[in-house]
Amino acid sequence: MSVARSQAALSLPSAGGGGWRARVGHWVPQLVLAPSLFCSFVYIFVFSAWTFYISLSNSSLLPSYEFVGFEHYVSLWQNRRWNVAYTNLFLFSALYVLGSMAVGLFLAILIDQRVRGEAVWRTIYLYPLAVSFVVTGTVWNWLFNPTSGIEAFMHGLGFSNFTFGWITDRNLAIYTVVITGIWHASGFAMALFLAGLRSVEQDLIKAAQIDGASLFRIYWRIILPSIRPIFLAVLVILLQFAIKTFDLVVALTGGGPGIATTMPAIVVYDFMFQRGQIAEGAAAAIMILLALTAVVLPYALWSVWSRRGSDLRG
Amino acid sequence: MADAAYDPHATSGGARRLSAKVIVYGFLLLFAAYYVLPLLVILMNSFRDLEEISKLGLIGLPRSFSLEHWASAWSSFCVGGTCKGISPNFYNSLYMTVPATIVSTLLGAINGYILSKWRFPGAGFIFAAVTIGVFLPGQMVLLPWAFVLGKLGLTNTLEGLMLVHTIQGLSFTTLFCRNYYVSIPDDLIKAARIDGAGFWRIFFRIILPLSPPILIVTVIWQFTGIWNEFLFGVVFSSGSQQPITAALIALSSAGTSVHQYNVEAAAVLIAALPTLLIYFFGGRWFVRGLTQGAIK
Repeated sequence: MSVARSQAALSLPSAGGGGWRARVGHWVPQLVLAPSLFCSFVYIFVFSAWTFYISLSNSSLLPSYEFVGFEHYVSLWQNRRWNVAYTNLFLFSALYVLGSMAVGLFLAILIDQRVRGEAVWRTIYLYPLAVSFVVTGTVWNWLFNPTSGIEAFMHGLGFSNFTFGWITDRNLAIYTVVITGIWHASGFAMALFLAGLRSVEQDLIKAAQIDGASLFRIYWRIILPSIRPIFLAVLVILLQFAIKTFDLVVALTGGGPGIATTMPAIVVYDFMFQRGQIAEGAAAAIMILLALTAVVLPYALWSVWSRRGSDLRG
Repeated sequence: MADAAYDPHATSGGARRLSAKVIVYGFLLLFAAYYVLPLLVILMNSFRDLEEISKLGLIGLPRSFSLEHWASAWSSFCVGGTCKGISPNFYNSLYMTVPATIVSTLLGAINGYILSKWRFPGAGFIFAAVTIGVFLPGQMVLLPWAFVLGKLGLTNTLEGLMLVHTIQGLSFTTLFCRNYYVSIPDDLIKAARIDGAGFWRIFFRIILPLSPPILIVTVIWQFTGIWNEFLFGVVFSSGSQQPITAALIALSSAGTSVHQYNVEAAAVLIAALPTLLIYFFGGRWFVRGLTQGAIK
């Protein structure tokens, strides 16, 4: 369909007559597009292929192009650090995504109750998204720090038995990353959910109100089901944030205590730039790419498919 | 009001509505505290002196007030051996972010214009391929970039980072602009072409004047993203060439010395200020960019 339309469009200028100017003019769009497109393609495909090849080579401190197969993937999966990292990633992703969505949806519903000063509340909830992960991590590191942050504050208030040392505890430190992550992302979920809530047809809601449905029922049965696509969009976006998590953890815990809060993206960095094992690092990067593909590709296919469906119907 | 006396349901409903209001505002305030407290804590600590912080902890109202920590963070605090404060890194970030934002936005606008209004066979495929770049993790391109920057003689330069961010940003800007331009009626373009307008004329006379909404969104989005970026900054630069995010990490993990919390707090705020200002003054556009980029 789009091809036919573009050919019709392209046939227009040649109607004006031949000559080299017209022929060059015919190609102007492609010529203008070419350089930046070339850069994007190199960046996306050539660079990725290169990293993939490095992961199959015997590179260590410097790239080498001798093919050794998948042995770095095998050693990666036997690496304790990597195993800790991807276990963390699963735990963190699940709690971070669910937590951000729950808080975001809750706030969106609260704001949707025709509250006063809506713009102020929205501004407060969303501002963390404008703040970098580095700043976010640094600030929360101070708050979680038992000797200077929340624990010290509670001691100062007289609760001398109060302890809150999660960030120094191997088993609990990951939850500080979750809390910080939710702080950063839930406003974003709120903004998307609120946009969705506002797009629900008011007639439907009014009809249900007239039938005497409770507010809870109206949300559960009518409003939330009709914004299902937004749930999916938020889910996918947050998941891909989670998989890429790097600077937040570097600033908040440095991956510690020990390696308790390390993440795949940090392992890649360590392999490549701290330990000079770039083939392992590349293999780990490929694993991150695979995880992202598993999240994004089905969503992309689904959205193309559903758009086509609505095109046919419309 | 008088009717209420005759209808017991109405009064209980009113009471219920009031308590519902209290609950709604109660939760709104509770969550507002969760979001605002970190910012308040850091702001207060940037004014307090170190003795007070070490005695009373980081959370508390300031009993001492001084702006000298801000001055020190800006121009005299030592990061990694040089004692010029964080201002050189602030300027580095500015020097890197502004051109990368402008160039990637302009190229994205032109790309979006072509991919939506000069469709040719394969344009849809090209668009899909370019948007892959939005999701591509930075870790996939670190080694190739290091190699390319080395070949170009741009290792550890701000120009190198500028190039990386510009090309990486093209995927975002092309996606945003293309999705916006699709909604401009094709008939407008067709009419202009019948009148003899060419490629550039249509772009400058028709598309660009219709573009401010999307250009503002794209500029805000790119500026925020590049300013806040850390991975490329820490990998492709060091020392005096570092952008501010990398410098902050260097500053707060400078292990050996005692934490200068007040100076660090000021430095953190300085680093966050540009994007916060953009958010507070351009919030409307910021939100629009979010929802546009996400839902479309």
